[in-house]
Amino acid sequence: MSDLFRYVLRLGDLSLVLGQRLGEWVGHAPALEEDLGLANVALDLVGQARLLLSYAGEVEGRGRSEDDIAYLREHREYLNATLAEQPNGDFGQTIVRQVLIDAFQLELYERMTASTDERLAAIAAKSAKETRYHLRYSAGWLKRLGDGTEESHARVQSALEKLWPYTVELFAEDELDRSMADQGVAPRLSDVHAAWSAHIDGILAEATLERPVDRPHSWHGKRGQHSEHLGYLLAEMQYLQRTYPGARW
Amino acid sequence: MSNPSPVSDSRQWPLYEVFVRARGGLDHKHVGSLHAADARMAIDHARDLYTRRQEGISIWVVPSKDITASDPKESDSLFEPARDKIYRHPTFYDIPDEVKTL
Repeated sequence: MSDLFRYVLRLGDLSLVLGQRLGEWVGHAPALEEDLGLANVALDLVGQARLLLSYAGEVEGRGRSEDDIAYLREHREYLNATLAEQPNGDFGQTIVRQVLIDAFQLELYERMTASTDERLAAIAAKSAKETRYHLRYSAGWLKRLGDGTEESHARVQSALEKLWPYTVELFAEDELDRSMADQGVAPRLSDVHAAWSAHIDGILAEATLERPVDRPHSWHGKRGQHSEHLGYLLAEMQYLQRTYPGARW
Repeated sequence: MSNPSPVSDSRQWPLYEVFVRARGGLDHKHVGSLHAADARMAIDHARDLYTRRQEGISIWVVPSKDITASDPKESDSLFEPARDKIYRHPTFYDIPDEVKTL
């Protein structure tokens, strides 16, 4: 497997898995308007995943389509950071996860528009626009909930404590990240981290939330070693294609 | 608000009316209404509900409670008198063929 293939899977799987998670809210959100809001973000993310996984298929050169890659891989072949697959929890927890990843994707995509890989630069430019709105939506909610009632504040603070440890993996640079940055394909994760950190600090301050401390992490979704949650998510997502191979509508 | 039905709930978000401008040069048209906690959220919701298929380039939201409507019971006195004044319609002019858009 080429480095570029694996790197594009990391990006694509992050969007795909997060999009699938958000899709679970359809029909269950606290208000009809939020139902549509979350679904819209989910569809943007799945759209990004389509562009990225199609590209991954081309890079791989074995004739696999976006659907083959999305629906017919085993969970250890998924290379999304572990944060994306964490369960929705309550609405507040979903929002916390969303803010953390939206800010990451935004800082990443904005820098990736200067990628030496033209295709990734184009996908990043399109995705950055969408992600700017995603963060407006999620950060808007985090501020309301954090600076809302005693209960909403306590809930999102506790979700933040729970999910924060997973953010460390987003920025833990491994050989693949380093090689992509050396080639100018991807930005340096340390640069993305610094920008993300400042962005998140600003949002947390407005939301009157406290930033948890970084701790070492033991999961490596980016290398295919996932938490127990991904298997269930994939079982649901892949069910149709595996039961009715090649099904279309 | 003024209608104390059993399902109305003080925790329900207030209603906003949404106006969308489809293209530059056109005016904002009323497209519907939605619930939101405040104007900013109403803009976000309107964006998601009413412009997801590229319907617009600009959105206005107005709290529904701030709209004053004419009273349907006064329809007769308000609107009937215009009915027999057809001379207010410019339909008695011959329009030259050269004029395409009117």
